[in-house]
Amino acid sequence: MNRQSHTPPSRRNAGTTRRTFNTGLAAAASLLAAPAIVRAQGGPLKVGVLLPRSGAQASIGQDCQRGVDVAGPILKSLGLPDLQIMNADTETNVEVARARAEKLVNDGAQLLVGAFDSGQTTAIAQVAEQKGIPLVINIAAAPPITEQGYKFVFRNFPTAPMILGDAFNNQKEIFAATGATPKTVVFMHVNDTFGTAMSKAVPGLMPKFQMPYKIVETISYDPTARDLSVEVSKAKATGAEALMMVSRLNDAILITRELVKQRWSPMGVLSMGPGWYEDQYLKTLGRLSDGPISLVPWYDPNKKLSKQLEAALAKQFPGINLNTNHIYTFEAVLVAADAFRRAKSTDPKALAEAIRTTNITENVSTGPGIRFDAKGQNVQLKNSAIQNRGGKLVTVAPKAASNAKPEFPMVAYDKRR
Amino acid sequence: MGGPFLPLEIYLNVAISGLLTGLVYGLMALGLSVIFGVVRVVNFAHGEMMTIAMYLAIVLFASYGLDPLLMMIPLAAVLFVLGYAMQMTMINPFIARPEHSQFMLLLAVAIIIVNGLLIAFGPDAQSVQASYSFDSFALGPLIVDATKVYAGGAAILAAAALFAFFRYAPIGRAIRACADNHTGALVIGLNVKRLYALTFGLGAACVGAAGSILSLIESVTPSLGPAYTLLAFVIVITGGLGSMTGALLGGILIGLTEALAALLISASAKSMVSFAILVLVLLFRPQGIMGKRLS
Repeated sequence: MNRQSHTPPSRRNAGTTRRTFNTGLAAAASLLAAPAIVRAQGGPLKVGVLLPRSGAQASIGQDCQRGVDVAGPILKSLGLPDLQIMNADTETNVEVARARAEKLVNDGAQLLVGAFDSGQTTAIAQVAEQKGIPLVINIAAAPPITEQGYKFVFRNFPTAPMILGDAFNNQKEIFAATGATPKTVVFMHVNDTFGTAMSKAVPGLMPKFQMPYKIVETISYDPTARDLSVEVSKAKATGAEALMMVSRLNDAILITRELVKQRWSPMGVLSMGPGWYEDQYLKTLGRLSDGPISLVPWYDPNKKLSKQLEAALAKQFPGINLNTNHIYTFEAVLVAADAFRRAKSTDPKALAEAIRTTNITENVSTGPGIRFDAKGQNVQLKNSAIQNRGGKLVTVAPKAASNAKPEFPMVAYDKRR
Repeated sequence: MGGPFLPLEIYLNVAISGLLTGLVYGLMALGLSVIFGVVRVVNFAHGEMMTIAMYLAIVLFASYGLDPLLMMIPLAAVLFVLGYAMQMTMINPFIARPEHSQFMLLLAVAIIIVNGLLIAFGPDAQSVQASYSFDSFALGPLIVDATKVYAGGAAILAAAALFAFFRYAPIGRAIRACADNHTGALVIGLNVKRLYALTFGLGAACVGAAGSILSLIESVTPSLGPAYTLLAFVIVITGGLGSMTGALLGGILIGLTEALAALLISASAKSMVSFAILVLVLLFRPQGIMGKRLS
């Protein structure tokens, strides 16, 4: 939305006098104040959705968008007000994310949602705090984002230590249920903000959770790498029994290919990030996609809203399995609509206050619901363990929110071709 | 961190893999070197043109089951036509213009290609999964990726064909004459504009062949184009800008060092090491490994 000049053309080139200068100054001041005035007006809440729709994370960013695309009718059925969605592309770039957030706010966005990636979200959070516009984070796990004392930043997604803590608990549950426990693992992770945050948290948390295995090697790599054969060679050479992963989508596909080519079938792939459960992974690799277990923020298949979201997604995007990207992006929009309903205003302070007192019990994600602590973090979220089976995803842990038994060790790659 | 105490076969496996990938990279860079060597224009859309070939290979495989190795020649022909047309219609008028004008033109072409591919194919990574995509050869303790062996072999064949063309074909010799002495070529009546277009076409044919082969070993997204362009630059400058042998050697060198750096130092150090080599070459042998020193 561009602001238009309403000055008659005949006056635009007039000479500058003290009076016109002062008038201009006043006009500039009113222009700066304009967003606040616009924000105070009625009408639907303008929600700026920032996602990496192009660049290395484009595939996941566009998957997140599906969570927004299906939200409208569901929110309506819940009696929540209309939202006006303003989309922006972060181009998988931190600086672009910052610039797009600023532009959205200048264009009248009254609340921001985004942005899948911790690095980009950190930049957007700074803009949101500076401008006094609430940001509801859909996906971003780096702990510092909600440790800065921000007043306008809210995260309905677990932090890296929360993901890891639940992942370790779910792993132990799986090992106990199957009677198979690896003694050694090799830890491979992407070297972006999320991967680095996870890798920093792992050594500190493992003793706390008394994990039965030892990490024999940690290998970090570039998430945009075109070839990961060396990394897999190195991992294989350690002789580890299982592979622990924090990855993205394309690298997950590359690593699986290399596992097959290099004739290495670990007991299992234990992923604590995206990639391994995504539709494109399943479609690209077919039978070779079966087996990996993703220990990730997920949804409770037994919740009413989960079924509603699943049905809406299946209707609008046939063949797409409901996943983390859809769930948490949808819930971010849900938080925005719920806060708008209660605040009865588009004023950012009122919205932030309303978000702070959120108490949504009928939601989608695993756990008791959506509430934020004083730091703006939902600490009630729980992870699930999901396994790829025949092109579908089944939830194998925790038992209370599962719909299948785990298969561990996974079938060796050379036994399924 | 690095694993200097790994078994010997791991080093050999990684070196072979790096060498084979480097051959394909070399073929890609060969195109850039040929174009610069003759036309004196740096093709800033080189990697992007290769992604076009990769997508074409993927479409042909997905729609008709055509193997990218067999499609290498038809795709080289398609890219030749594209390159020829680009040179005749767009680039020729820029030959005498300042270098920054050429840079802006080809950068614009690159951006159009990236966004065109994004519109046409979306952002998802795509690749070819041939019947042999997951095969490997076991040679004692060594496990060699079968696809990379085929890809490396195909790259050698394509490069050999190009070398033979420049050495034995009359048009190839005319292009070399034009590269060696532009004024002389004009004096003896060679149609330099047409030779330039042929050269650009040949350079594009190299990326056509390389893209077709590469679709077997790497996934492609539209955003990969600039990365391939940068890689081609690193290889060509390391090998010697304008030198065909240098481009091939540079490809092998970069492929090998990236692979070994990932093993010996850290996986994240791959690009760092190739750029470090570039800096060293620029400092101590600015003309590149096989390039001729300018007097």
